Amino acid sequence: MTNGTERPIKVLIAKPGLDGHDRGAKVLARGLRDEGFEVVYTGLRQTPEMVVSAALQEDVDVVGLSILSGAHMTLLPKICAGLREQGMDDVLVTAGGIIPDDDVAQLKEAGVSAVFGPGTTIRQVADYLRSNVKPRET
Amino acid sequence: MTAQPTGHSAGAVDRAAGDVATSGSVPTPASAQDRGRQLAAEARQGSRRSLARLLTEVENRTRAAEAALRDLYPLAGTAHLVGVTGAPGAGKSTLVAALVAEARTGGRPVAVLAIDPSSPITGGAILGDRVRMQQHSGDRDVFIRSMASRGHVGGLAASSVAAAAVLDASGFPLVFIETVGTGQSEVEIASIADTTLVVQAPEMGDEVQAIKAGLLEVADLVAVTKGDRPGADRAASHLRGMLTVGAQHDRAAGDRPRPKRPEVMLVSGVSGKGVPELLAALDRRHAARGASSQSGSDAERARLARADAQLSGILAERLRQRLHDAAHLPATQATLRRIAAHEIDPYTAADELLRSLGE
Repeated sequence: MTNGTERPIKVLIAKPGLDGHDRGAKVLARGLRDEGFEVVYTGLRQTPEMVVSAALQEDVDVVGLSILSGAHMTLLPKICAGLREQGMDDVLVTAGGIIPDDDVAQLKEAGVSAVFGPGTTIRQVADYLRSNVKPRET
Repeated sequence: MTAQPTGHSAGAVDRAAGDVATSGSVPTPASAQDRGRQLAAEARQGSRRSLARLLTEVENRTRAAEAALRDLYPLAGTAHLVGVTGAPGAGKSTLVAALVAEARTGGRPVAVLAIDPSSPITGGAILGDRVRMQQHSGDRDVFIRSMASRGHVGGLAASSVAAAAVLDASGFPLVFIETVGTGQSEVEIASIADTTLVVQAPEMGDEVQAIKAGLLEVADLVAVTKGDRPGADRAASHLRGMLTVGAQHDRAAGDRPRPKRPEVMLVSGVSGKGVPELLAALDRRHAARGASSQSGSDAERARLARADAQLSGILAERLRQRLHDAAHLPATQATLRRIAAHEIDPYTAADELLRSLGE
């Protein structure tokens, strides 16, 4: 019997909104796999409700949102609020894609813990997740 | 049997069923065992959040999970566990999504356990089966959970049986267990599912492939997918022809283990063609099995095989734990070194260790 600390970190990679550019999300999913994470990939065009429901059923530690459509100021806060509503305050929410620096402060206020822009390496993301995921009770 | 477990009052919880706020406000349980039992009670009352958390405990094989399963196991056993297996890309997830949709038109809650492989090198995994099942994401009575195989071979994860029991006891009368994409001989699913559905894409080989031993032998039903494509009907009739040959031997076999005689059905997960008929065939099998509970029946044999698989797994794990606990670890390590150096054979060593545990 193992205790919970040996469990791989489970990450949901989701693409909310209507843009169809998921190369980045797939590369990140693959990269995190190679870093030892269990990555649930849900595909394109997710509504905030779909993201929250997948995060809940999968009991993930991290929700990583990739968005390039410009709708981040609407969709990301909705997802954070939805997670809180389900009692999932302990889930780490991160974002990546094309998000202007000026929006980051407001997103963080809404509950996004980190925003990874173009040029971020997979190792940086993995390290951030490892040091910021909330430990589970064992 | 399809009823949700309502009207059940577990003493530990008085919260109304629902997904809301099952984490933040939970009183700190005294122990992992209490936490597990509380999650079990909440899952039975309909909390999807607690069900999800419990499945995590089950995957991690924690003490909390063990306590929960002690409570839940007697309450499970009525759901129809349908194993869905087949080669990567054969269309398992798409077909499962279509079967779920069909079951939902009848109002039945449905759960899906979708297993994908873990990396043997890093332990990481891509769990991608949800991509094909997005249509169900707003539906509270569809619960989809991805699981990484975590080093277990055979197409499942080590905790798949326990996870299915949790879903069964939590009010899902129909549970699909989708294996990793399998090759020719990952047949473990047949020992834990009530019904094994083998998914086969057309153009996956000739009649010789159909008569090879292995995966197709354990099928109770074979679904030929992509039925909207040209050639799919021919693939189905090839399979039908070859798999019925086994049925002739079947009658003469007497007490020897008999090959199954799977029905071969042509389906299209995309258009939905053949899906209602497939679900009806699954339901018929389940109904027939419920009726034939006498000893010696196929259903009884399957239940015993599942019990055997579970018990063997738990015994092996318990044994491993004991050999690695503080009292036995030095002796275990010494024995491992002797085996590695070929000073003792592993059989004699195993006997010695078992004797030393008995003392």
